[in-house]
Amino acid sequence: MSGDSAASAPGRSGARPERPVGRRTPGSRFARLLAGGLLHGGVQGSPVLRLLLRWVRRPLLPVMRLWRRNIQLKVVATTLLMSLGVVLLLGFVVIGQVRNGLLDAKVKASQSQATGGFAVAKQKADEAAGASADDGTPADGGASQNVIEWMSELVLSLSSGGQGAFDVVTLPPGDVSGVARGPRASGFVDPDKSVPEKLREQVNSSTGAAQSYSRIIYLSDKESQPALVIGKQVNDPNGDPYELYYLFPLTQEEKSLSLVKGTLATAGLFVVVLLGAIAWLVVRQVVTPVRMAAGIAERLSAGRLQERMKVTGEDDIARLGEAFNKMAQNLQLKIQQLEDLSRMQRRFVSDVSHELRTPLTTVRMAADVIHDARVDFDPVTARSAELLADQLDRFETLLADLLEISRFDAGAAALEAEPIDLREVVRRVVSGAAPLAERKGTTVRVIGDQQPVVAEADARRVERVLRNLVVNAVEHGEGKDVIVKLAAAGGAVAIAVRDYGVGLKPGEATRVFSRFWRADPARARTTGGTGLGLSIALEDARLHGGWLQAWGEPGGGSQFRLTLPRTADEPLRGSPIPLEPKDSRRNRGDLDDAGLPRGGGQKSATVPVQPVGEQQSAARSTLTPRTAGAATADPTALPGNGARVVPRPSPSPGTGPRTGAGTSTGVGAGTGGTVRGDSPNRTDTAGAGDPDGPDDGGTGDARETALRGTSDRHRAGAEGANEQGEAFRGR
Amino acid sequence: MMSFMKGRVLVVDDDTALAEMLGIVLRGEGFEPSFVADGDKALAAFREAKPDLVLLDLMLPGRDGIEVCRLIRAESGVPIVMLTAKSDTVDVVVGLESGADDYIVKPFKPKELVARIRARLRRSEEPAPEQLAIGDLVIDVAGHSVKREGQSIALTPLEFDLLVALARKPWQVFTREVLLEQVWGYRHAADTRLVNVHVQRLRSKVEKDPERPEIVVTVRGVGYKAGPS
Repeated sequence: MSGDSAASAPGRSGARPERPVGRRTPGSRFARLLAGGLLHGGVQGSPVLRLLLRWVRRPLLPVMRLWRRNIQLKVVATTLLMSLGVVLLLGFVVIGQVRNGLLDAKVKASQSQATGGFAVAKQKADEAAGASADDGTPADGGASQNVIEWMSELVLSLSSGGQGAFDVVTLPPGDVSGVARGPRASGFVDPDKSVPEKLREQVNSSTGAAQSYSRIIYLSDKESQPALVIGKQVNDPNGDPYELYYLFPLTQEEKSLSLVKGTLATAGLFVVVLLGAIAWLVVRQVVTPVRMAAGIAERLSAGRLQERMKVTGEDDIARLGEAFNKMAQNLQLKIQQLEDLSRMQRRFVSDVSHELRTPLTTVRMAADVIHDARVDFDPVTARSAELLADQLDRFETLLADLLEISRFDAGAAALEAEPIDLREVVRRVVSGAAPLAERKGTTVRVIGDQQPVVAEADARRVERVLRNLVVNAVEHGEGKDVIVKLAAAGGAVAIAVRDYGVGLKPGEATRVFSRFWRADPARARTTGGTGLGLSIALEDARLHGGWLQAWGEPGGGSQFRLTLPRTADEPLRGSPIPLEPKDSRRNRGDLDDAGLPRGGGQKSATVPVQPVGEQQSAARSTLTPRTAGAATADPTALPGNGARVVPRPSPSPGTGPRTGAGTSTGVGAGTGGTVRGDSPNRTDTAGAGDPDGPDDGGTGDARETALRGTSDRHRAGAEGANEQGEAFRGR
Repeated sequence: MMSFMKGRVLVVDDDTALAEMLGIVLRGEGFEPSFVADGDKALAAFREAKPDLVLLDLMLPGRDGIEVCRLIRAESGVPIVMLTAKSDTVDVVVGLESGADDYIVKPFKPKELVARIRARLRRSEEPAPEQLAIGDLVIDVAGHSVKREGQSIALTPLEFDLLVALARKPWQVFTREVLLEQVWGYRHAADTRLVNVHVQRLRSKVEKDPERPEIVVTVRGVGYKAGPS
């Protein structure tokens, strides 16, 4: 037990199990990474990939958030996408049809034109052949010369027939290449490039006509244009085959088609935009009231109970509004009733307080006057005067405590928090308890007060709590030392009061906080407490959002720990001081090595309570999220877990029996398994200290039960539930 | 100052039994009590009796104690000790803000009451000629006057004591507990709200801008100190 033990406490306390875990994780990951890097490189890639993914995702996050949250955006975007799809599909179909229609007519006309042309070419070739036969000059050179001229003439004459509606190209057959019968074309058409290879193959391989779509390439600057090419193998006057192609430009058709396309695209765009706009409008009609309802619901829950929805018409939205308003109305009514009830209760307490206190003051003063004058009385009257004065003291304290408790129950207790140095409070309390300690032969030592322990707290209440704890410790400490330990860590400060007296029997750690509970009813009371001290202390701790918890072992003393958040309204996550002190019997290893159910004994006492405690804390966590937060953070210091059996934070998973002690839930093990009933090997820890102040969320039931009387309720659940448990199960 | 008459206590309480008992105790301690049971008659009784101290119950028929307190304070700086059955914050603070110097919660012990009364009456017994300066204020302790640039500022005896306590040790930060001990005469630290409320009242009188005090400066987390002069 030294000052530094307080400093090292947070890590060990188990109040924050997440810490060691957090410390271990990076190390192991690093090791894994190292091993992965050495053994297989693939592992290394994954974090990089993840990083990259995160980097890509980050700018998208607000958009995704908007998408998730905005139903209007969703509907409009979906409508836009789907209508765009429909319009595109429709466009393709329509354009396909139009194109087919346009081309069919053109192809038919072109085919008949070409067929005519081919016939003319054949006829001309026959005529020329006949003429040359008549001339009788079948000289090779002359004939070829004639053919060249004839061809040029043919092309010219054939193309002139179309008046520019088509062009004519002649090409030598694919396998023959001679200067004599080089390609010819009308209208500056590039004969080689304008006729596709595939078509030429087709024409060469058959005697019939073949056709294909292509583009006409011009030798002049004229732009190329799409065309239908129809070709056929025809014989020249010499009987040699050549390829004759008709090229029909499709410019007109293309123009018509692009006009149709343009029209369709414009119309489609309009349709899509309009559909989007319509969707936006329609969704707005639905979403606006829903959003209004959400906004009003938020304001309602923020306490503005007079908020209502505007209702127009009789449609579904209007019905929603009406139902909503009715709900709000009922809520307001109920809350009003509860508030009235609370006000009445507070008023009642205040009146009772006043009505009782005024006569009590008179009695008190009279008793004091009589008491002061007792030396003049006969022994019997003098003794009576003493008793009168003493019991009046007790009565006064009891009344004050009762009023204090009922003030808590009524939710009328208000916290006046300001930054205070807890060392000051401790100093005052210790000096205040000095006379009693002296009488008991006890030394009260304070440790951990080297530096300020500052927290936002209500000095009056904290002092009351500590006075209670210290006086209790001295009273039950059997003359041994009492240690008051202070510590601060994280967002919490804690004060633990440790004694080495009779300690607590299993199960008692939870019961000490119940009203009018006494450790041993048969034992004489020396300082005459009211039996409400710890209950009030618990309420005080709760009012701060703090915890008051007890730990004790039979014959090994006990420790009471008060944990307060450093700043008011900050939820507690853990305590800087472990609930079970380091010098507890179990921690010193002063136990049977068999590791008999160390927590088992107290289990038997607390198990029946546990479900209630759990149930309550569960119900509360739904009301107040901060309870939930605390609950997940530290099972050791769970708020409102008066009934919970808490294992000592195990330093490592290896120490099996220790961890097992807390988690094993066996009533049988507790009662039957603990053979050594006389041996004080059972440790009992318990906590109670629901951060739920009486004024947040719990007000309703507080009032309700407060009316039932102060004795039959105990909000901590703990032993109150044990004894009058049924009353709580419904809630 | 009627320091020669400082045994007079006016008890304003509607509970006749308590009033009588208070009378017995006060007489036993050498005070000279007078009584009034009705809030409406309290002011008249106060003017007639010219007490050195008023014991005032907060709950009264007719005008309530707060109102009576305000009326008395409006015309006199005489110490007022409230008797209250409610230790709730609001009641106490409202009482103190209406001008009471101290309060005592029922039920109280006679000795406690007498100690409070003595503490409130004690101050006029130490007239030491002394001139103090705090901020731009000049305090004449013996003459019981506070002046800013020749203009005198009216303070109740308690507020004056509070100011003097701070001004005597301008280098020291006074915790509320220390002030309670020095100014109110509590041996054990009691309710620090007493200090808070009276510092507010004092500031409202002596500060140029009570929102930004320069005479009585708050030292956050500790207490108060005198501003630089």
